[in-house]
Amino acid sequence: MSPELFQQIIFYVFATFTVGSAMAVVSVKNTIYSALFLVLCFFNTAVLWLLIEAEFLAITLVLVYVGAVMVLFLFVVMMLDVKQAKASQLKQSYTKAALLIAAAMLVELLMLFGYKLSGQIPTNELIRQEQGYSNVAEVGMELFTKYVYPFEIAAVILLVAIVAAIMLTMRKRPGNKQMDASKQININPSERIRVVSMKAEKGQGEDS
Amino acid sequence: MFGWSELIPALPEILVLSMACVVLMAGLFTDKNKGGFLVFLSAITMVFAIILTVKDHVATAEFSQELLFNDTFIRDGFGDMLKIVVYLLMIGVFFYAKQYLRQQNNMKGEYFALLLFATLGIMVMISGYNFIALYLGLELLALCSYALVAYNRNDIHGNEAAMKYFILGALASGMLLYGMSLIYGAVGTLQINEISQAIAGQDNDMFLIVGLIFVIVGIAFKLGAAPFHMWVPDVYEGAPTATTLFIASAPKIAAFALAVRILGQSLDVLAIHWQSMLATLAIVSIVVGNIFALQQTNLKRLFAYSTISHIGFMLLGLVGGPDGVAAAMFYIIVYTIMAIGGFGMIVLLSSKGFEADKISDFKGLNQRNGWYAFMMLLLVGSMAGFPPLIGFFSKLYVLKAVVDQGFIYLAVIAVIFAVIGAFYYLRIIKVMYFEESDTDQAIDIGFDVKTVLSINALAQLGLLVILPALFSYCIMVTKTL
Repeated sequence: MSPELFQQIIFYVFATFTVGSAMAVVSVKNTIYSALFLVLCFFNTAVLWLLIEAEFLAITLVLVYVGAVMVLFLFVVMMLDVKQAKASQLKQSYTKAALLIAAAMLVELLMLFGYKLSGQIPTNELIRQEQGYSNVAEVGMELFTKYVYPFEIAAVILLVAIVAAIMLTMRKRPGNKQMDASKQININPSERIRVVSMKAEKGQGEDS
Repeated sequence: MFGWSELIPALPEILVLSMACVVLMAGLFTDKNKGGFLVFLSAITMVFAIILTVKDHVATAEFSQELLFNDTFIRDGFGDMLKIVVYLLMIGVFFYAKQYLRQQNNMKGEYFALLLFATLGIMVMISGYNFIALYLGLELLALCSYALVAYNRNDIHGNEAAMKYFILGALASGMLLYGMSLIYGAVGTLQINEISQAIAGQDNDMFLIVGLIFVIVGIAFKLGAAPFHMWVPDVYEGAPTATTLFIASAPKIAAFALAVRILGQSLDVLAIHWQSMLATLAIVSIVVGNIFALQQTNLKRLFAYSTISHIGFMLLGLVGGPDGVAAAMFYIIVYTIMAIGGFGMIVLLSSKGFEADKISDFKGLNQRNGWYAFMMLLLVGSMAGFPPLIGFFSKLYVLKAVVDQGFIYLAVIAVIFAVIGAFYYLRIIKVMYFEESDTDQAIDIGFDVKTVLSINALAQLGLLVILPALFSYCIMVTKTL
């Protein structure tokens, strides 16, 4: 088996899994399965990236999306205890209309891409880099020189996301029993204990 | 690579970003019903931003273009002029917001920080020279807007509005991105000027046209042009009035800049296609906006539909060739000044737990306070386009540009529906002057907000003095695009 053929087989196998799992994400009813299918989809995409020698992106995808985002997502789904939507609750009319529109879009796009790419599907190989070529260095170089301005704006967007999320969710509850550490430390014995002088009382049952 | 001196054209952006962080910190030490210091900090930021923007202009004394950050950022006369208007609008927004938040006893520093971040997003959009930069500016603005709409966490209408705004906004961003990616697929670059060069002569490429359609849908969503206007009335009504006032003003200028940068500068070769699309959007917006506004009893919803028709007029300007772009620019500037004034009046009449957003809340305003009734008269009259006011001239310039291009039927339809629209503006005036007031509650606002509102409303007359200069300035800066 020639290396080219082997590569093609790998590509088609993983591409099929990518598309299949992506469709499963939107079609299964259980949210947990849906999230797990998304994980599968990410893994397959990562393999496709490996095929075009984008190792850094492939690893980042698995690390960031699978390792962090999806795990968090699963946590949230499980903690929220989302009820499984019953088939009767989903309006069938919407599904039909959605399918119709999706099919129309698909045909249009296929025609469009077919028109653009007819007779010019690239048959030659991807540009292969020589050994010692560093993906990370290239991505870093582009990100911090050519795209430094978008990169900075993206950072501001993340900051805004944090600020907005905290503003919208943090609440001070009225009857909160939270302890204030600085007040606890700064307390004086004299403020805590009040010495009251009073007459010694007689023992019980002795009074007249 | 670039040195420090190369950052000078981007100094206003850097200033606004730094001050947004400062305001965020200062907000931690603010009482729920104070906040004067925050407004001062935010407003002074805008003043310095104006100085920095103007100073560079005076120094170079011409409308040169400067490209920064590997050509992802552009500083030109067009952008500078729009930015100065945005700074001035934001000063108004800060003062109205202070009045509103004090009324509601809900002053938080984050509100002003988010407003400043949103301003930064608007500035990034205005000077974006690369699809990625434009898109990121849009997202920055949108994210701030969603949070500002949901600001009153216990208000169920506000939450509903924020949810609608978020979902439809995300959809619109998706459309825009999809269009951009198709264009990128066709030409292989995201740079505004390079796209323009690459597509020269291929004005019938299906790939580009489909990309163009998606981009226009995205822009129309953001502008709130019919038939992509469904979110506008709901969001305007549900949001806190101070937020409505903001999203009705400065972001419209950003969306206009986005449209000009993408359609006018990068896809200029496809003008024949996008002109007909924009003409359709414009006419539908003018018709839908004016007809639906007739039945509204809620003033915020009424202004929302009137926004849709105003956006229609602005889009009509973009159809009208190079002069039309200048007319559209003039129109959107004038419109935003009217809009913050109109919503400012609602803020003014509101009190804690009560939003004066019904038309009936303006009953007999003339008896309660003649000055404010006169201010509202000026603002509403200008929106309707009554002759001595500035709103008349902005409509006139747009119609003139459209007629000059030979689209007489477009102008006729626009005029007919503008006349129909005058009805609901006149109704507000009638209610204010010829009906009895239900309440004799005194209108109690601070001196600063009163001054801002008066300046804002009197600008409808005062701008007439510099009208020719302002319009010729618009023509000048759009020529250099």
